[in-house]
Formats: sequence, C-alpha cells, structure tokens
Amino acid sequence: MIAIERSLDTPRWQRIALPFASLVLAAVISGIVLLVSGHNPIATYEQIYAASFTSSGALTSTFVYATPLLFTGLAAAVAFRMRIWNIGGEGQLYMGAIGASGIGLLLGSWPTLLLIPAMMAGGVVAGALWALIPGLLRAFLQTNEILVSLMLNYVAGLVMYFLIYDSQSYWRDLTSPTALVFPTGKTLAASATWPGLTIGTFTLPLGFIAGAVLAVLLLVLVRGTRFGFEMRVMGDSTSAATYSGMRTRRIILAVMALSGALAGLAGASQIGDFGHVLDPRGLEQAQYGYTGIVVAALALYNPLAVVVVAILIGALNNAGFALQGPGFPPGLVGTMEGIILFSVLGGEILGRYRIRVGSRVRPPETQAELDAAR
Amino acid sequence: MNVDLIVAVIVSAIAYGTPLVLAGLGELLAERSGVLNLGVEGMMLMGAVTGFFVSQQLGGPGWVVLIIAMIMAAAAGALMALIHAFLSITVRVNQIVSGLALTIFAGMAGLSSYAGQVWGIGGQHGVHQLTRVDLFGLGEIPVIGPILFDQDPFVYLSWGLVALVAWYLYRTRTGLYLRAVGESPRSADAMGINVTRYRYVHTIVGGALAGLGGAYFTLAIAPIWTDGLTAGSGWIAIALVIFAFWRPDLLLLGAYLFGALSSLGFTLQAHGVQMPSEFFSSLPYLMTVVVLAGASTTLARRRIGTPASLGVPYVREEG
Repeated sequence: MIAIERSLDTPRWQRIALPFASLVLAAVISGIVLLVSGHNPIATYEQIYAASFTSSGALTSTFVYATPLLFTGLAAAVAFRMRIWNIGGEGQLYMGAIGASGIGLLLGSWPTLLLIPAMMAGGVVAGALWALIPGLLRAFLQTNEILVSLMLNYVAGLVMYFLIYDSQSYWRDLTSPTALVFPTGKTLAASATWPGLTIGTFTLPLGFIAGAVLAVLLLVLVRGTRFGFEMRVMGDSTSAATYSGMRTRRIILAVMALSGALAGLAGASQIGDFGHVLDPRGLEQAQYGYTGIVVAALALYNPLAVVVVAILIGALNNAGFALQGPGFPPGLVGTMEGIILFSVLGGEILGRYRIRVGSRVRPPETQAELDAAR
Repeated sequence: MNVDLIVAVIVSAIAYGTPLVLAGLGELLAERSGVLNLGVEGMMLMGAVTGFFVSQQLGGPGWVVLIIAMIMAAAAGALMALIHAFLSITVRVNQIVSGLALTIFAGMAGLSSYAGQVWGIGGQHGVHQLTRVDLFGLGEIPVIGPILFDQDPFVYLSWGLVALVAWYLYRTRTGLYLRAVGESPRSADAMGINVTRYRYVHTIVGGALAGLGGAYFTLAIAPIWTDGLTAGSGWIAIALVIFAFWRPDLLLLGAYLFGALSSLGFTLQAHGVQMPSEFFSSLPYLMTVVVLAGASTTLARRRIGTPASLGVPYVREEG
C-alpha cells in the first residue's frame, strides 16, 4: 500500500530543486525509451535542442508555437488558481479567432495602428462572452463549469466549420474559383498583419510581447489589488470568501470573463500574428486551448512562470514539426512531452507530501518519541 | 424518405457509434467512480495501434488472431489509464491536467505515433479484418435484419457490454458501492468501501474499453494504421457520457444519435432541405448544456446522475 500524506515542512531548496530533478528524471526515462527503440538519446536531444533554439530560424518558430500557449496558459492559470475549472479555453480561442478575423476583415481599410487594438478587442470580447456562458451558469445555477465549458468547445468548433465550410458567411472566401471547391477563409488585408519585433534574424511576435506584459499585469492584479486578494481567498476557500462578505458571484463572473478574454486573445494572435485567415482545421488540430491548461499546471498557475513554460513547450512542439521526416521518429516529441509532464506534475506534488509505503505509521506515544520524530 | 434510406442511416450510425459506445462505457465507469479522464483519445489511439500491430504479427486462424489483438488493445488502453489513475488518485495531480497530459503523451503526435513508427506498421495493409456476421441467418429479414443481425462482432460486443454495465451499476452490490464512491467517497469510506481500489479498478477497466474502442478502427473499419486515425472520437466519447447523463442505456442511444445527426445534414441536403450539418451536430451539445443548467437543484442533479465527487480527489486525512 502506497499512501501519500502532506508533509508539514518542505525545505525551500527542495522546492526549487524538485522541478529540475523531475526534468532530469524525464530525460533519463525518455532516453531509455529511445535506447530500447534503437535511437541514440544524446544525438536525439542535440537534434531537438538545435531545432528548438540554435539552427537558422529555429528560435523564431519556437515563439510561433509559444505565443498561443502563453495566452491559453495564462487563461487557464487565472481560472484554475481560483479553482474555477474553465476547460473551455479551446472554444474561447476559436471564438476569439472568429471575432478578431471578423473585425480585421470589416475594418481592413483602417491604419494598422488602430486596426491591431480593434482586432485584439474583437478577440477579447468574443472569448469573454463565450466564457461567460459557463460563468453565468456556474454563478447563478451552480452548474458544473467543467462540463458546460467542455461542451461549448465542440459547439465553437462547429460554428467555425459552419462559417468556412457550410455557409456563404462573411469570413469565407467566395471570390476565387478554387476557394469555391476547397473552402477557405478570406485572407486579411496586409494592414491587419501584426508587426513583430525583429532583432537580427529573430522575430518576436507582437502577441508574445503583449502576453508577457499581461503576465506581469496579472501578477500585480493577483498579488497587489483588493480584487486579487478576494480571488486568492476564494481560491483557497469558497466558504471563507462567502462568510467574509465577498461577492463570490461577481468574482466568478470576473474570473471567467478574464480567462475567456485571454483565450480569445490567443485566437486573435493566431489571426493577426500568424495565420491572417480563419482556418478551422488548423486551429482545431493545434489544440492550443487544452495544451494551455497543462502549461498552466506546469507553471503552478503562476503567470510569470507561464511565460517560461510556454517557451519550453513551444520549443518542443516546434522541434517536433521541424524534425518531421526520415531520420527522426514521429511522435517522439509528444511522448517526451508526456513523460516530462507526468514527471514534473507528479514530482511537484510529491515534493509537498511524504510517501509512506507499508502499513500506517504508529503515531508517537511518548514525549521522547515525539522529540525524536522532530 | 423511403425505408431503405432510413435503414442505411441507422446502419451507418451504428458503425459511427460503436467505438463511441465502447470508449464511452469506459469513461462512464471511471466517472461514476469520481475520476474524470480526458485522456480517452490517447487511450483509443494506443488501443488502435497495438491491436493492429498484434494482428499483423501473429499467425494462426483469423478469429484467434483478432481476439488476441482485441485483448492486447484493451491491455494497452488499460496501461495508459493506469498512468492517469496513479497520478490523479495516488499522487492527486488535478484530474483535468493529468488526463490532458495523457492525451499529449499517447495521442496523435505522441506514443501511438512513435509505436506505429517503431513497429513499422504504417502503410501496411492488414491481413485480418473483422467482418459482419449474419446471426442465425436472420440478416436477410427486411429492415431489422441488417440493423440487428448483420453486424460485426464489435457491435454485438458493445450491446452485450451496455447490458452488462447497466446490470452491474443498478443490480449488483458492487455497482451500488461504485455509485456511492462517485457520489460521496467519504460516506463510502465510512461504510468500509475501499475508495482508492474502486477508483483504480474502474479507471483501468475504463481504459481497457477505450483501447477496445480504438481497436474498432484498425480491426473492423479499415485494417490500416495512420497517425491520429480516431480523428477526435475520444473527445466525442467524453461529451457522450455527459450527454447520456452517466447512464449506459442512454449512452447507446446517444452514440447512434451522434452518428445519425452527423450525417443528417447531408442526407437532408440531398433531399433539398437546406440545413447546415453543423446545426444538427451541435444539437446534442447544446441540449446537454440546457439540461445541465435546468437541473440546478440538488434533487434534479441527483436524478441526472452527475457523480457529485467527479474531479475531486479523495483524501482521508483532511477535513
């Protein structure tokens, strides 16, 4: 029988050392998987590292994958920290992409400087409204937000498919003959392209910069404002928040709207930074909304840590795509990511607890035993 | 609409729905014990790749090979579920996070793809395939023949399992205890029920059924392996369990309804009725949200069957 109980005093060094120990463990396990299947672990890791960071253009594409994960990671971190289980980031991202691309198409003649905030606002509003559906149901009817936000992901996906594949909607390209046979979205005007920050050969997407700024603002919001204090109290104990007179409904709604807005920004950035067209299949296959939840968990729901984790997971995803082809096994990167997730998530919690193997420990009975136990 | 068309729609709905029934029953068992497993897609893909690999490797009579392949597919799904069970029940990682991590680990760009590459089965054409079995020669009967008596063994198996799970949940003591564990683990524990063991067993059996559901794709639908060939079925199975309000009978109906609705738009368009298919496909999800929202009192919620402890780890020492 293995049991796990809360450990009362975790040394500080242990909390810092644990994630690194977990990463090393993950590297060892992945290495064994590689060896067993006839690959050289060291060479493979070097390949991944180069494809993520050092080879030509690698860093730029790492940030292409990191940017949406930064937003969806922040979206999940804000909600999960509050024990509001918004797993609708996926659908809120789709809605954000619909909103931002709609605005981008509608106001294509506007100057870029005005169009970018308008597109961001389109993503924010669409994502927040979509998140408010489970938010309102949770706040007023105590409906389980996990189930509702999950169901709405499928609906949002279908809305996106309807707009491009099954209707004559404003989002669909109806001009060219090929687009009538193979439906695609309208491509946005050049003025709707978000400019990145280019340093030499490296381009940092505007979305990533905005996401990093938002991460800092979120940290300030949670740590330094009254609202953040209320959020933290509610996250630790809903009943404590209610008894102390906090308006829990309002907090739930605010957190859901904020979370949905952040996921909506992920969708807006997909349009403005990268895609410039509403692409239902691409957005659905990427699963940024779901992966963001894992990113947030790895970051222990800390906004600043989300920035770092998003870059690392983005780097791995990028390597997975860049190394596709002969000489590199497909599926290896996902397998490694999984091993890292299991090891870090498990390790983090094990660090806060003690593992007890065997029968129940007899509690100390005499004062001498008690002193010895300390 | 003529009768032949209706029969064709139902037969195709059954083909579409069978992997959903198998994986959905598994998820239903896990959720009834209080464990939400969002890793269904990954478990299905592992079942699909393992089943196909085993069926390609073994020699012998086709039906023996296929049965062993199905068992191994179930074992692969169970093994994946064991990871989730250990992380979410013993280590108490958030169930949502652990399930999503499992989907990344085993999913389309993960272990299932890696295994397919290492085993070198991509592009191979399968030697064995489960075909339809005409039961008692009744397949020729008009209308009900093709629906009830001319299906592949997976379909008959799924019907048997639905009946078995329904009987188990509502007519056995263990099933009653399972529902108690999902509803109130603390009370169940006080009654002397081993909450941890119930959750482990049902999560793992759930994974086995998901693996079997995945194997339907490679052993019955088409004997080939490509990455991600379950194409989101695992996600729909999760929605289906909620849609069916955690009841096996509704799950069977729901799976076929999902299948029928997904093709209804096209069928109607062929008859000149212009309704987008997405409208019909989204109906089950919207209906579920409405019913969940409508059942806002505790009594109504209990009647619906949402396991009250779904997603909540059980800790004996605390509180």
